[in-house]
This record gives sequence, structure tokens and C-alpha cells, in this order.
Amino acid sequence: MATTACFIIVSRNEIPIYEAEVGSAAKREDAAQLHQFILHAALDIVQDLAWTTSAMFLKAIDRFNDLVVSVYVTAGHTRFMLLHDSRNDDGIKSFFQEVHELYIKILLNPLYLPGSRITSSHFDTKVRALARKYL
Amino acid sequence: MAPVGPRSGDAIFANVERVNAELFTLTYGATVRQLLTDLEEVEEVNKQLDQMGYNIGIRLIDEFLAKSNVTRCVDFRETAEVIAKVGFKMFLGVTATVSNWDADGTCCSIILEDNPLVDFVELPDTCQGLYYCNILSGVIRGALEMVSMKTEVTWIRDVLRGDDAYELQVKLLKQVPEEYPYKDDE
Repeated sequence: MATTACFIIVSRNEIPIYEAEVGSAAKREDAAQLHQFILHAALDIVQDLAWTTSAMFLKAIDRFNDLVVSVYVTAGHTRFMLLHDSRNDDGIKSFFQEVHELYIKILLNPLYLPGSRITSSHFDTKVRALARKYL
Repeated sequence: MAPVGPRSGDAIFANVERVNAELFTLTYGATVRQLLTDLEEVEEVNKQLDQMGYNIGIRLIDEFLAKSNVTRCVDFRETAEVIAKVGFKMFLGVTATVSNWDADGTCCSIILEDNPLVDFVELPDTCQGLYYCNILSGVIRGALEMVSMKTEVTWIRDVLRGDDAYELQVKLLKQVPEEYPYKDDE
């Protein structure tokens, strides 16, 4: 399990629709804001990179001190962004792929409006479990 | 044509035209979604779904009787069994069980373990009062009304609300006697 990790999902119109702090490190008060700041700053790089490759998993695209940003872009241009300090590419890839499946289930829910916030507690629990398993 | 005995739900299900389950689920989901947008009130959506189900039911019963060859049911118990074992199998591809009979045999529960309508669905906080599958209760009510049984169908358990199965309570209110121009020899 990574000591620090922050996972967010950004919809195609640049709105964060899901956020989770999944690290095991003791929380610093300003950590959440800092993590969001780094992730949001990386969005520009994602935008450029996303069209240069056909792969969904973009690997590590940005770093900040010892923190690394890994990104996965779905076909619908929803971005899964993970900020982490571990070096475990395979685990991260599997994490993204499984979250992608969960995200598809959410999208298939007729009562969910695409691009709106993901409020499902089931999804939240599953994502946290996956984070424990792979990161 | 030689008289044929009643056919089992599985036999009919094997012969009817089918559509892709996801297409069906998502179409129903889109309908509910649109109703929620149009009517705004969850209560109104429940009513509308029930009404739509009723309209389906009063037509569906004809198809059901034509294809299933079931004979006249002697009592309400048999009716409920036929709905659960043949009706649900024929149109939804699942079987239901009947239980919780009251003493005089006019009220029972139809329990569905599996429900193809609700794949992927999760009720958000804004729709907590919604009976997502309310169309089913309308179908049963409509169908039974066409064969002269006034019923009241209500949901008792719903997996979307955290229960472990779907339970529909069917209550026989009265049996409407068949009225005059009814010719026995037709």
C-alpha cells in the first residue's frame, strides 16, 4: 500500500466528479489541497498527450518532488488521475483498468447523469478496496 | 386444431422472439429517466409507471392466453402460480415464487430473486421514494383485470432499497362476474 495516494476522476468537461484520498500516511491538513493542485496542474499535459497515443494508460506524466501523477484516459475522454509515491506501474495499470470497469457500471445506470458527481457509496467502497489491493 | 395442453414457461420462452438484455434494460432505464425529468415528482413517476404497466397488461394478457394455452384457473391460488411460473418466464425470462398466503387465499406475495429490469441501477439520494419496477405491478393489475379479477398490487421488498429480493404483494379485491352479452358457446 502506498503511503500517499490521491485519486480523482475528471469528466470530459473538466469537472472533477470523484475524489478520494487513498494513502495510508497520516493526513496533513493541507495535503488534500496540495494534491488537488498538483493533479489539476497536470491536466494540461494530459490534454496534449492524450491525442498522441492510442493507449488509454498514459503512465507517469508529471512529477512534483517525490510524487508522481499517472493518468488513464477513457474513450469518452474521462480522465482518471492518480497521484502516488510508489513505483508500481503494473499495479497502477490494473487499478485503472478495474476502476474503468466500475466507472462503466456507473455510466450504465440510467439514473446517473453523465458528467455529474459520482455519489454512489458502493463505487467509493470498491475504489478504496482496489486501492488497497493494487497500490 | 387439436386441443393442446398448457405449455410450460420454458417452452414458450424458447420460442418467443427475444431482444438483447442490455438493450431492454437500458431502454427501460431511459424511460424511467425521462419520466423523472418530465414529471419531477417521484410520486408522480410511480403513478405513471403503474399506469403504463396497466396499459401493457390489458394487452399482454391476450398474447399470454394465446401462446400459453393455459386453461381456466380454478382459484386465485392457481392464478398466482401461473403468473409466477409461466407469465414471468414467458415475458421476462425469470421465474418467481409464490408465498405468504393469507388464510382465505386472496392475498399472496410473488417473489423475484432475479430482475432483468434493474441491472446497473442504483437509486441516487434524490429518488429514494421511487419504485423503479413499478411497471411490473401495473402489468399484473392490468392483466388480471382483463380476466375479471380486481387486484391491488404493491411492492413489499425491493433490492434497490436494500432488501434481499423483490416481493410484490397481490391482493384480490373482488372477482367481477362475467356480464351479459357473454355467450357460453363461443
